[in-house]
Amino acid sequence: MKPSDQKPNQGDSRRDFLKKSSVITAIALTPGIAVKAAENNADERFAELFEKIPLNLTVNNKAYKASVEPRVTLLDYLREELHLTGTKKGCDHGQCGACTVHVDGQRVNSCLSLAVMNEGKKITTIEGLADGDTLHPMQAAFIKHDGFQCGYCTSGQIMSAVACIREGHTSSRAEISEYMSGNICRCGAYPNIVDAIVDVKEGGATV
Amino acid sequence: MINFQYLRTTSAKSAIALLLKDKNAKFLAGGTNLIDLMKRGVTAPDKLIDINHVPLKQIEQIGNKIHIGALATNTAVADHALIKEKLPLLSWALQAGASAQLRNVATVGGNMMQRTRCGYFYDTEMPCNKRQPGTGCGAMEGFNRMHAIFGTSEKCIAVHPSDMCVALTALDAEVVLANSKGERKMAFKDFHRLVGDTPQLDNNLKADEMIIRVEIPVNHLAKNYHYLKVRDRASYAFALVSVAAAFEINNNKITDIRLAMGGVAHKPWRLTASENFLKGKEATLSNFEQAAELAMTGAKGFGENNFKLKLAPNTIIEALNLAKSKA
Repeated sequence: MKPSDQKPNQGDSRRDFLKKSSVITAIALTPGIAVKAAENNADERFAELFEKIPLNLTVNNKAYKASVEPRVTLLDYLREELHLTGTKKGCDHGQCGACTVHVDGQRVNSCLSLAVMNEGKKITTIEGLADGDTLHPMQAAFIKHDGFQCGYCTSGQIMSAVACIREGHTSSRAEISEYMSGNICRCGAYPNIVDAIVDVKEGGATV
Repeated sequence: MINFQYLRTTSAKSAIALLLKDKNAKFLAGGTNLIDLMKRGVTAPDKLIDINHVPLKQIEQIGNKIHIGALATNTAVADHALIKEKLPLLSWALQAGASAQLRNVATVGGNMMQRTRCGYFYDTEMPCNKRQPGTGCGAMEGFNRMHAIFGTSEKCIAVHPSDMCVALTALDAEVVLANSKGERKMAFKDFHRLVGDTPQLDNNLKADEMIIRVEIPVNHLAKNYHYLKVRDRASYAFALVSVAAAFEINNNKITDIRLAMGGVAHKPWRLTASENFLKGKEATLSNFEQAAELAMTGAKGFGENNFKLKLAPNTIIEALNLAKSKA
């Protein structure tokens, strides 16, 4: 980021703020590096530009320790830092569902979640679904039923589809469509996606 | 996204204390609207106070009221047995909103605080009195298909986008707000504002306050109810018009009724005149039609949204019919 991207400070400088608020910041769960920087009288601009927050999370059963800028989304962290590029960036505004991952078992749009909000959480991405070389039943069903054309939305569709079955929202094709509506497919593979979900549900495999 | 300072806290008290320290700080709950607005440059807080670890997720009945914590997620509320049984209108309204992914994260308080989806508000190249007071309203004579037909001013014709808030307005909910000195209670219908001369203000929450919970009185409206949302696609779209309808029938007469509309005003739009008209009357199509006509008093279109002048009363009638047929 260029310094010119910074907002001008209004009122208290960041260092003043950090000094004044150090007591309260200390009771926050993970005081940022910036606090230490302020305490050590480190260069204020350094703290402003490179302030990172410690982050511990588990992705696909592997524990990660990192420090990230607060503005990094979970999606960007997964793709850019962990190189788990199966999760796709579609609209980046929570409108398409391509970035869907599971956080503590629940499907979410990773583009609208800051990585630091996920401290201590368990993330599952599309890379975490298969068992070695054995595809997850939903992945196999998407291939069997041609649940995609270009494939860009597919990771998100599959993550959402697995959650849809786990949540129990598969009593009818209409209910599946309603609960899959957060995943847009510009190729229009919707009927085949629903076929895949129905197949997996009726197959009774554990998802 | 312009960078910001990130703080995390575990109590409402410390969250409020942190908020007081910086007038350009914001609470971060689910983030599904705030993070989007920050990416687009519509808002740029200096500091985000992550309140997700504050214990405000309760959903419980206390006396004759159901309390829902400000941080309960939309999914948790919509799927909760108590809500499904006693406040099914709220459950339905929540399920009509957003997508499963967003509902898993979005909270009650965040839903109340979400900003309008007016395209001029979102596009920082465009004039918008809500985003930047004094720059004018692009929607007034522009693309205003989604916009308000009630309670507008020459400053702004944006609508509040929530479904949940329409149901809570209909259900006579109250909201509990806290600052460093204590708590106050407000009728939910008074939480959101009409535009007037202050388009930048969506609601009456003060700068030093935090939403703690909503309280909803248990009622007898869990049998004949419907939340009807009309939108451009079958799911995952904001309402053109939505109607929350619930009533109680005794001896063939409507003894209690709640009606509220979404997608038509800067706040959830309670239809008091229509309610009063229907009270004591039979639940007939003719009465529904008269009630819908009453609801349209003062409605005004702005061009592209003129169709709402017809769609709104039709949606009221259909919602009432569907509520009646639930018996």
